[in-house]
Parts: sequence; structure tokens; C-alpha cells
Amino acid sequence: MIAESMYQELILEHYKHPQGRGLREPYDAEVHHVNPTCGDEITMRVKLGDGGKVEDMSYDGQGCSISQAAASVLYELTAGSTVEETLAVVEEFTRLMQGRGKVEADEEVLGDAVAFAGVARFPARVKCALLAWMAYKDAVVRSAR
Amino acid sequence: MNTGFDVERIRKDFPILSRGLPGGRPLVYLDSGNSAQKPTSVIETMREHLSSHYANVGRAMHTLGAESTEAYEAARDKVAAFIGAPSRDEIVFTKNASEALNLVAYAFGNPMSEDPRFRIGPGDEIVISEMEHHSNIVPWQLLARRTGVTLRWFSVTDDGRLDLSDLDELVTERTKIVSIVHQSNVLGTVNPVAEVLARARRVGALMMLDASQSVPHKPVDVAALGVDFLAFTGHKAAGPSGIGVLWGRGELLEAMPPFLGGGEMIEAVWMDRSTYAPAPHKFEAGTPPIVEAVGLGAAVDYLSGIGMDAIARHEREITGHALDALGEVPGLRVIGPENLDDRGGTVSFTLEGIHPHDVGQILDDAFGVAVRVGHHCARPLHLRFGIPATTRASFYLYTTPAEIDALVRGLHHVRKVFA
Repeated sequence: MIAESMYQELILEHYKHPQGRGLREPYDAEVHHVNPTCGDEITMRVKLGDGGKVEDMSYDGQGCSISQAAASVLYELTAGSTVEETLAVVEEFTRLMQGRGKVEADEEVLGDAVAFAGVARFPARVKCALLAWMAYKDAVVRSAR
Repeated sequence: MNTGFDVERIRKDFPILSRGLPGGRPLVYLDSGNSAQKPTSVIETMREHLSSHYANVGRAMHTLGAESTEAYEAARDKVAAFIGAPSRDEIVFTKNASEALNLVAYAFGNPMSEDPRFRIGPGDEIVISEMEHHSNIVPWQLLARRTGVTLRWFSVTDDGRLDLSDLDELVTERTKIVSIVHQSNVLGTVNPVAEVLARARRVGALMMLDASQSVPHKPVDVAALGVDFLAFTGHKAAGPSGIGVLWGRGELLEAMPPFLGGGEMIEAVWMDRSTYAPAPHKFEAGTPPIVEAVGLGAAVDYLSGIGMDAIARHEREITGHALDALGEVPGLRVIGPENLDDRGGTVSFTLEGIHPHDVGQILDDAFGVAVRVGHHCARPLHLRFGIPATTRASFYLYTTPAEIDALVRGLHHVRKVFA
């Protein structure tokens, strides 16, 4: 079964036990992104620190396992990283998701996020996976202003 | 009871139902409320029109033009008979039900509308309901924005019925039109038209029905219903997409201004003004969806041939089976009536702890079961139930009990994956 391979253990694990979930203070910027076709939504806050570090990324939202797990995986990625490092991963993740399943995933760059590689073959679900990541990119830009 | 309804024979009329899906999965199509499949007669009639009779309608003075016009206008006759319209001129072909609803909303507060029933402004009210499809919400919101009229709505009870407890406070002398759905596309609820209409008549309000989910599934007679306007769409009634129908009382259609301007909707045109064709042509600007109209004519012929009573009976049996079988799935909550009283063949539900998108993906992937997931263009209704989305199974004349069983097996499997 093709789609069940999309539901990697790691994705289901993050869905059932989301990391870093819940909105926290303080923050530099807050964004709210929705996926109008399916109603998935996420509110995300970003607090930047010295030396380009991401001090905190907090979020809350609702949606399918893919969208919620993607936010959780993203949280783990941002913890202790710099904006520059995380944006490089966001870029690689976006490239993978938009590759219609024909793009080879760079596991070195993606880490756990490589588990979403199977999602790229389901165009209807790509937006689910990207929701949190696009919100993060937006929040970082607003934080830096 | 032998009703003479042979679902296996009917399935042979729908070529798509015998195709398989990649990986050798059979197709279990439970998304007819979204769009229905098409019988061979519709496909062949459209092919035949394109290959042998096609030309533009109404304006071409040659043999093909005459044949094409005859087929297009014959479709209007068929649709008029199908819904019991007193006159064929009361059938307006639109692109879809949304356009039909927008067309009516556009007549209100329009400076061109001289009839007091369409004059509207601050202090006047429009009444809809919380269970409407976006297509029966947004056109009225737009009207409210244009004219300052107040939009009000019926709420929905916990068991998915229209809450009529405040009918008299909601529909008052200030109400210009009540526009509600005949059968909900999410809940399956069939609304009590007569009760609402009686109140609308008492206060002098017009009444419109969004019948997109009722006309394809049961006998609908506009004269018997007694409302003023009714909208439905072809593609949910075994016809093609791109064709919808507005039925309106003749004298109201005459009083309404044109919606779109263009070819064929005019009587005479000068550089500074025009006069308009009588209804229905006044509302059919430009080249219409000719082949689609002809296809819809074939669709209503097909449905009439089977018999709308028989179709309604079959769907009732299927729905009863579905409600029983789904009730056995742990954690499943039906959003809508849990009995067969005033209810059609659409069953929406949630599965505890599992998002509908995940449900839909696995049902399709593992069992070839096609359902719709999301808010089904009825977001306010989902907000009312405090849920972002539901999974919806919707049935038609070709749905079998075995397909319901496949859905239920699929749901048990979904629960296992997410356990």
C-alpha cells in the first residue's frame, strides 16, 4: 500500500506526542497560517536571540497527522540552531516536497524531516507538510524586522 | 420486498464503476454528493451531439444550428418536466447552482429592480441557515455588503436539524427572502420546507431552496413545494459539470434584472441602451453550455426511466445499512441525524483522535474507497459542531451494501494504523 508508507513510524510518533507544542512568551513575531482547502491551521511564534540563534519556536494548531507532525519535527530542528541553519533545511524540505516524489532527499541536511519524503508523491498532502514550515519562514522574516 | 430495482444492472449503465484502481484495488465510489458518475446514455448523447448536431444555438440560421437549438431547448423541456415547473420558460440554464444562487441575490437591491419585493436596504433582512453550503452563504453576504441589509440565520440542533424554535422571531416583516438548503450536503438532513414557507408567506418574504442535494435523489416538484426559487446543478444528478439550473416563478423572473450582459440575452441594442429578451434567455448571456445542457437532458431522462421514487427507496435502504454499520465502529460519531426520518443518503462522521484527511487517505489507499474529507464547503456548520472537518460518505442509485461494508472494513483498518 502506497500511502501507508507515507505514514512513517516517525510521523505517527510526532503526531501522537508533539514536541514543543503550545504558544509561549516572549516572542518577536507571531503568524497564523491556514490551508483553506482542508482547514488545517497553525499559529507560530518565533523568538530570536544573539548570534542569529533561534531562542524559541512555539506553535499551536489543528490538522491532519502530516501537518501536525511536520510542526513537531520542525520544532526539534530549530531548537539550538541558528536562523541560517534552519532556513537551509526549510529550503531543502520545500524542494523535496515540491519534487512530486522525483527528488532525491538529502538526509544529511534534512535529518528526521526525511521521513516526509513519501508525502511528495501525494500532491494533495504536500500543503499539509509545508504548512508549519512556511509559517516558520514567514515568522522568521517578521522577527528580523 | 421486490421493488424491481436491480442495482447490479444499474451499475452496468455506469462504465466508470467497473474500472479498477492501481494495485488491483476495486473502486468504491462513495463521493456522489460531491459529484455523481455518468451513465452511458449521458456520455453517448453528448458524444452524439458533438459528432452529429453541434453548432451554436439560437442564432445560427442553418440546419446544424436548428438541430443544436432544438436539442438545447428540448433539454429545457425535460428539466422543466423533471422538477414539475409550470412553464419551460421558468427554467434558466446556469453554469452551476452557485451561479443560480448568485443570480437571484443579484436581483435584490439592484437599482434596475423596480418590483418592491426586490427593493432592499438597511433595516431589511435576509434569512439563511447555519447548515448552508458556502454557495448559499457568500452570495447573501455579498448582497449584505452591497446594500447594508442584515443577514440572519437559523441555527442547527445537536442532532443536525434546522432549529425552528425561533422561526417567528427570525422570519419577520423585515425579511425579504429566506434561502435554505433542501437537503444538507453534510448532515443529510431534509429540511421542513412547508413550515418555513408558511411563515415566509405570512410576512410577505420570498423563499429559495438550494436543491443541489435533493433533486438528484428524490422526486422534487417545485409546484408542490410552493417556493419561489430553486437551484440545482447537473453534475450531481448524473449529468455533466458546467450546467446548472435556476427555476423561478415566471412573474418573478420577469421582474428581475439581467445578471450577465452579452449576446442572446437582448431584444435590441443601441449604443447607449438595450432592451432585454424575456426569461429565460434574459439570464443566459453568451454561448451557453450547449452540450452540457443536452447531457443534463439525457441525465434526467435516465433518472426518470429508473424512477425517482425507486431511487429514493434504494438510497434509503443503503443509508439505513450505513447508519447501522457505522454505528458499530468504535469512536465514530455521526454528525447529523442518526435515524432515517427526513434524511437523505449522505453520512458525515468523525473518528476519535484521527483527522479526516488521514482517514480519507488510508480508505482510498487500502480499500479504494473514495470519500470526501474536509469541511465540504460548509465551514460554519463545522464550526457549530466544534470540529474542523469530517469524513463524508455519500450514496447514489448505484451504491451497494457491499460498498458500505468496504467502508466499514476500511475504517477498522484506519483505527489500527493510528492506534
